[in-house]
Amino acid sequence: MSLLRIDDMHLSFGGVKAINGVSTDVARGRIHAIIGPNGAGKTSLFNCISCVYRPQRGSVYFEDRKITGMMPHQIARLGIARTFQNIALFHHMTVLDNLMLGRHLFLKRGVFFGGIYLGPARKEEIENRKIVEDIVDFLEIENIRKKPVGTLPYGLRKRVELARALSLSPKLLLLDEPMAGMNLEEKEDMARFILDINEERGVTIILIEHDLSVVMDISHRVSVLDFGVKISEGDPAQVANDPHVIRAYIGEDDDFLREPEAH
Amino acid sequence: MHYCGDFRTTYRKDMEIFQTPFIKVCMAVFLVFLLVLPVLKLKGEYLLKGEYLWILLQILIASIGAVGINILTGYTGQISLGQGAFLGVGAYTSAYVTAKMGLSFWVGIPAAGLVTALAGMVFGIPSLRLKGLYLAIATLASQFILEWIFVRWESVTGGSHGITIPRPSIAGHTFSTDRSYYYIVLAVAIVMILFAANLMRTRTGRAFMAVRDHYISAEIMGIHLFKYRLLSFGISSFYAGVAGALFGHSLKYVTSEQFNIEVSIVYLAMIIIGGLGSIIGSIFGAVFMILLPKLLSVVTEMVSADIPSIARLAISFEHGIFGLIIILFLIFEPDGLAHRWKMVKAYWKLYPFSY
Repeated sequence: MSLLRIDDMHLSFGGVKAINGVSTDVARGRIHAIIGPNGAGKTSLFNCISCVYRPQRGSVYFEDRKITGMMPHQIARLGIARTFQNIALFHHMTVLDNLMLGRHLFLKRGVFFGGIYLGPARKEEIENRKIVEDIVDFLEIENIRKKPVGTLPYGLRKRVELARALSLSPKLLLLDEPMAGMNLEEKEDMARFILDINEERGVTIILIEHDLSVVMDISHRVSVLDFGVKISEGDPAQVANDPHVIRAYIGEDDDFLREPEAH
Repeated sequence: MHYCGDFRTTYRKDMEIFQTPFIKVCMAVFLVFLLVLPVLKLKGEYLLKGEYLWILLQILIASIGAVGINILTGYTGQISLGQGAFLGVGAYTSAYVTAKMGLSFWVGIPAAGLVTALAGMVFGIPSLRLKGLYLAIATLASQFILEWIFVRWESVTGGSHGITIPRPSIAGHTFSTDRSYYYIVLAVAIVMILFAANLMRTRTGRAFMAVRDHYISAEIMGIHLFKYRLLSFGISSFYAGVAGALFGHSLKYVTSEQFNIEVSIVYLAMIIIGGLGSIIGSIFGAVFMILLPKLLSVVTEMVSADIPSIARLAISFEHGIFGLIIILFLIFEPDGLAHRWKMVKAYWKLYPFSY
């Protein structure tokens, strides 16, 4: 059963067609990777799903409900969380505050009770702090929980951003290059976290990633975009052997293989 | 067994605002100090002379106003150049309610807060589209529009003559002296500052900071941008309104010149010097911006009295030195006094073993 369905999506910026008729289904409980060369439209696709961009044509359905045209903050309420390619944390806030912000929709007390603090506001702060601390434990960031995010190294920030997305208790998690710029060890940690999130928490994941070996290892299904068009889709082994994909990544066979002619 | 260090074993303890017994004692002592300071007498005379009490009173009022603008500018990242006018809205509202409608001070103050909050939210509507410096200019427009209204809407504001307003009274007792009025201002200031401190560390405050730090990802996390931008204007203006009303009642007279653009800039300076996005920084800033000019004028007077030949020079230097001190502060402590305060605390935490 599909959790997210993208139906014939078209998005262009002026004359540039960023996405040109992409349709796909993301099955519940799966890790679905989206790969493709730079400028293929992967992040634009994410931005359309989370309603930061509005596609000119086509729609996105989440749990059979049309979400295209909603406001980004309404998307969070449905249970869609995401991380960004360039880390988009709240730099002056501590790790805990970043995660507690992820609980925003689950906290109910407004200005009046928040200002008084004692009583209802404190009660729900403590309840949600427990949930956040579970995520802190899960992602092994206990020792930095009170540090401002701006002071953390890159790899940890990526992990904190993942934690913040998780604190929304999402059904669907969009990860935009979670391993970009990481070393091997950090990549392995991140891959393990992604698998754990999928298996233990049952979160469906859509993943954009350039490291193809990771993608092939952890994802259940892979879609390949090139110049805004979906050129291939299937399980990792199928996609890896698809001639269209090979051409998109390393160019035409004969261009690449032909011996340079002597002049 | 007594452990060395500060161990908190429940989330409730971990989230307290004053975390250690030492801090709690310090705060209690400070509160008692503020309570008894005005009534202390030495040889039949008040220890705190009238003019010094007045300064303390103005610092308390400015603290409320500074916390207000810090909520908007420091926490939500929306620069405001209209704080002076919003103080004015509060002062005029309370003046109208107490002097013209004849209602009590205790109606006037909340009314001032609410009317100003409403005005702030109206002038905050451009924040839907404008950010940063562009929004600052939009708030500057609100400053001029409101000032114009203060002068022109004579039936309410008394025009350029202003309005004379009474001091508050409880059960027949009027707080007519500065010394008694001080206690009312102190109580309001403590309640409002604590409220702000709590608000900024819970749901609403976190949402404000998220909007400031990265509005797109705040939206993705489920925060309704426009609602929180407006709410920030509302809360901030509520504080400005109350501060303005207290200020009006302290002078017993409200006129439009008290709320000009200079006031707005002074308030902005308070939070920049004190520390953006910090409640205690707002208070430090208020103390700094009100105390320093007074200190400088005291020094100038002393110097002029001793060396009459440079009296005129010293007086003209006064403003220059004030400006110089502000510039030096910004160069050497760009994160504000609140940051310096943190460093001092961190230093003494481990004293004398700093490793």
